[in-house]
This record gives sequence, structure tokens and C-alpha cells, in this order.
Amino acid sequence: MQAFTVHSGLVAPMDRANVDTDLIIPKQFLKSIKRSGFGPNLFDDLRYLDEGQPDQDNSGRPINNDFPLNAPRYNGASILLARENFGCGSSREHAPWALVDYGFRCVIAPSFADIFRSNCFKNGLLPIELSTEQVSELFDLMYASEGFSLTVDLHQQCVRRPGAQDMPFEVDSFRRDCLLNGLDDIGITLKSSEAIRAFEEQHRQRAPWVFELLEV
Amino acid sequence: MGNTLYDKLWDAHLVEQRDDGTALIYIDRQLLHEVTSPQAFEGLRLAGRQPWRLSANIAVPDHNVSTMAAERAAGLSALADPVSRIQLQTLDDNCADFQIPEIPLDDERQGIVHVMGPEQGATLPGMTIVCGDSHTSTHGALGALAHGIGTSEVEHVLATGCLIQRKMKNMRVTVDGGLGMGVTAKDIALAIIGELGTAGGTGYAIEFAGEAIKDLTLEGRMTLCNMAIEAGARAGLVAVDEVTLNYVKDKPYAPRGAQWSQAETLWSALKSDQDAVFDAEVVLAAASIEPQVTWGTSPEMVTSIGGRVPVLEDMKTDTQRNSLARALDYMGLEPGMAITDIRPDVIFIGSCTNSRIEDMRAAAAIVEGRRVAPTIKQALVVPGSGLVKAAAEREGLDKIFMAAGMEWREPGCSMCLAMNADKLAPGERCASTSNRNFEGRQGFGGRTHLVSPAMAAAAAITGHFVDVRTMGGQD
Repeated sequence: MQAFTVHSGLVAPMDRANVDTDLIIPKQFLKSIKRSGFGPNLFDDLRYLDEGQPDQDNSGRPINNDFPLNAPRYNGASILLARENFGCGSSREHAPWALVDYGFRCVIAPSFADIFRSNCFKNGLLPIELSTEQVSELFDLMYASEGFSLTVDLHQQCVRRPGAQDMPFEVDSFRRDCLLNGLDDIGITLKSSEAIRAFEEQHRQRAPWVFELLEV
Repeated sequence: MGNTLYDKLWDAHLVEQRDDGTALIYIDRQLLHEVTSPQAFEGLRLAGRQPWRLSANIAVPDHNVSTMAAERAAGLSALADPVSRIQLQTLDDNCADFQIPEIPLDDERQGIVHVMGPEQGATLPGMTIVCGDSHTSTHGALGALAHGIGTSEVEHVLATGCLIQRKMKNMRVTVDGGLGMGVTAKDIALAIIGELGTAGGTGYAIEFAGEAIKDLTLEGRMTLCNMAIEAGARAGLVAVDEVTLNYVKDKPYAPRGAQWSQAETLWSALKSDQDAVFDAEVVLAAASIEPQVTWGTSPEMVTSIGGRVPVLEDMKTDTQRNSLARALDYMGLEPGMAITDIRPDVIFIGSCTNSRIEDMRAAAAIVEGRRVAPTIKQALVVPGSGLVKAAAEREGLDKIFMAAGMEWREPGCSMCLAMNADKLAPGERCASTSNRNFEGRQGFGGRTHLVSPAMAAAAAITGHFVDVRTMGGQD
């Protein structure tokens, strides 16, 4: 996993509440058996006026000019500013894969859905919760100034803006550590193999049926 | 202070509590399907890892299978969509490579993963259950701790048998009193989501309790727990009781003989203590719940059949007004219009929420001896598994549906998420028994109204949403 320490980047808006993972990456792209290549279809139903298909050349498709990410001023954005309950719905990890593949490293919102938040951390994408008021303030600043950028410092746990006070944020300490060091969860857990084996021995006494192979 | 059901399930699977607040939780069962597993298997392969415990896993294809009898009968190689075919083939190949038990596409036990699991006894009370699918909350109806995970976590469970978790908070939603005639588990679920909002349960495991929940069948409890995630809660739970034990007994993979006695004793303790404390409590009166219909693009945008689409003046904040305006525009509805004036083009009866035998029966009871309205372009009935299909056919339900002008299909996720050919065309409006009414969920530009099976059947007959209680057939 790509480590995340300090990141500075252009901010782009996703200015609506309850953005679900179907909207982030529509179902037809979930047929891929790969982890990469979802970026061109991030927010596909909003970016284009027609229905996209997997492995399609997008260059000839009709663009939705009302969708902010299509505006030149947000070209190259790497921080997404969003409203409450971002990432609700399906557990598809294709949602953070698409955001990362597009070039986002960080999403800032007042709240996130649980499974989406967890999926972000596994992919080097930092979900930052700020208050509703702080997020509204950032939206106002972003709309008011083209090229509006922020710096996200995971070490110091704060969002830095030009000429104003830093905005501190909370982050799960385990997840922070994994992100800062680019650590793989599985490697960490396998260090506890002996504890897992020991647990299994007593669990097997309590619920032996759990350990029987489901022969099909 | 006593423990909640969630506390007990958590404690019984705690391998290691760490100082940073995270914990290693042992996973008893992982369900796998074709969409969220390929990258997890690929991850194992790249790292040279083997599954920690083969007996933890069972796989079944469901999300993008065809529901057409002829296409299914011709086998995987005949599947028209080549991209879906590769994904389904990849599941078969991965299961063969890693020796994961898989119920294949042509097996009568094949079905939607959340229908197959309980039906086979592959998911049982007291278990921790995960799957790369958010509707894994369904299995909480058995008194199990069950929730959806992402693909990295699927790989983590495959490789380690465990998940790194932080304990959720406890919420109890109590539904007091008895439900009215014609009101179902689906209506309870939608009414609760209307009350809590789509993020009201975020960070919580929700235990459903109260007389109305005790009165539900296990299938009804699955419908309810299935939709816990639509209120933001990853896990829904119902305490174990006689209904649970009667359901589980004699299921193919359920414990038998002496093990059954051991299991019964263990499982009978799976309920919250009298003095357990919940971080949040919500109480609803069952008598106040009427048949529900969603009108918008989030499950919280719901009202009862006698209700109306909201008007902008009802909304308190700018964000809410924007959401409402956007939803009404997408849904092609006028503010203030009566729900009964909404006319669907398509009917979908199926999904992990409502495709079990009692759902089939409830829908058939409404359509029996009637015809689908001429304005309905298509009415699909998709049983949740081959076994549900066979049971329904034994009861003659397939004939009732087909005589009414409905299509009786092969099992799969189908039009709930439209990964296969079953999808809405742009602008089409669907009365659907599924779980999500998000933009584009059932097809690009498609419009979804979530309802119970009986309500979907009633709308099929009349051509518009109608109070199922005026239709008869619910005894």
C-alpha cells in the first residue's frame, strides 16, 4: 500500500449528501477481476450523459458539462471535498479503487459510511472527518478561489490552508500508523498466528461444528 | 451491568485486544461470490499465501448470473455477456485452485449468497459471518454477528481467519405491539430507516427487539436485518429464540445429534441481558406502521402508502432542499403528489431482501386469479435460490405468477443491482422489493420505489401504488 504522510493538492467538490458507492462506481464496472483501471469510470453516471460500458473508449462519449469534475479548473484534483455520509451503500472496494485510480489521495467530509471508510484506509486513501461547519467553510473558499489547494498532514493530524488556522482532525491510531508506514494488514495479523491458533483450540471445544468442512 | 447480544458475540470471538483500541476478531464463516473475491484471491497468489482455514469458507455465484432458463441450462460457456462469463469462470477457477467449497451455478442449492447461507445452515447462530457484500447483515437474524466487508478484508479473512476491528456501539430498536394485517418485515425496515435516516445507524450494531420482531418468521427477520445497512449499521441482530432454533434444525450443514444439543445450549444464551445498556434506544409502535413506499433516491426517502411526496417547504436545511430537488428531478415526481398516483412501468420481486418462500407466497396471494395491468411493461419474479424456486413450484406459485402475466425466472441477484441483463431502461419506473433506490441502481436512469412483495404485486395488478390492505389475500 502507498504510504500517506503529507499531501498537498488541488481540491474538487462533490457537493451532495449521501453519495453512495453505486454513484462512485456503477455496477457494470464491477465485472472486472482487476484492482486497477477504474479511474476513467469514477462517477461515470455523472461525468457522462450516456451509459458507460466496461473497457469502452471514453473519448467519444458525451460529457456532462454541469458536473464539476469535468471543469478545467478541477483538472488534476487530488483532494475531494464532500458532504455527509459519503460512501454509503454497497461494500464494493471498487469505490476507493476508482477514487485512487483517478488521482485522489484524500476525501474530506462531515461523515463517512463505515465500510467505505474502512476500505479507504486499505488503499492509501485518507478519509478525513471535519465538522459540517468546517466543511461548508472549505466549500465556500474553494468555490471562491480557482486553484484552491490544501495540505493534509497525517503526522500532525491537521488540514492546512493558506492564510488561516489549521483544522485538526481525529484518525484511528492503528489506521494512521498503517498509512504513515504503508503497512499491510495481513502481515501484521499473521504476527499473531500463535494467538489465533490458541483461540481456535478453545473455540473448537465450544463450537466444533464451525470447523467442519462444508462439503459441497 | 449486563451484556448485549452484540457484546456476547464480540467477546466470544475476541482473539486479541490491542492497546490502540483495535481487536483481532475470529471469523467463523466467510461467504464468497464472484464480484468481490477475484482481487482477494489474486492478492493471496501474489503473496504466496494459502487460506488459513478451508472450513471457514463457502462460495456461490449470484450477482451477475443470467436469470433466463435457456441461457442457464446451456451452462457457463453459453452466457451471453463475455465480461460476466470471465468473472464467473474466475470464481470457479479460484475455488478449484484454493480448494474452497463452491456451490456451482447449475446446482439446485445455488442462489443469492444471503439466501443460500441460512438455507443450507452454512450460516448459524453464534457465528461471526462476513462476506464482500454489505447485505451480509441479513444473517444477524440468526443471532449471529454478520457484516459486509471490502475486498482487502476478504483477502485478510482468507489469509488469517480473522479481521482487525474496532468494537461498534450498541443500539436497540424496539418495535412494540403487533403488526397490522398486510404490514410486513419490509415495512418495519423501511419505517425504521425513515425514522433513523440513512446514516442514523452508522457506527452501531442494531439489535431489533420487541413483540413485533418476536412475532416475525426467521425469513421476516432476515428481511429486517438485511436492511440494517440502509440505516448505516453494518450489523443487524435478533436474539435467538424458538423461531431461530426451529428454523436451523435439520438444515444440511447444521449440527446434528450430540452436537445439536451442545449447540442448542450455547445458542439459547444468545440474547441481551435484562440489565444490558445500549448506547442508543429507539422505540416504534407496530400499530403505527403502514405499508411503506420510497419516493426518492435514498431509502430514508420513504412514506406510507397513504402519504404524499414531500414539498420543498418541508425541508429544514439547504442540503436537504438540494437533495429533495435532485431526487424529485431524477425520479420524475411532482412535489406533494399522492403516492397512489405513482405508476410503475416494471415490477421486480426478488433480491436478498425479499426472495424467500414467504415472499413468493405473499406476492402470489395478491396476484392469484388476477392479471397484471396493461401499462406494466415487465413483471419479474426471481426466487432467491433453486430451492426456493422448487418449493414455490411445488406449491404452484409459478403458475399463479405466469397466469397473471409475470415472468418466473432462475435464481440470482438480478434487477436488484442490474449487473446481469435484468435492468431498467432510462426513465423507467420500478416497484421493487429490493433494498436500494439509489440513482442508476437498477439500470442507468432507472427509477426505483422500494416496497414489500405484497405491495409490489398489488401495484402490478392495479398499475399504480395501492394500499395492499384493500386487495384481500393476506390471511
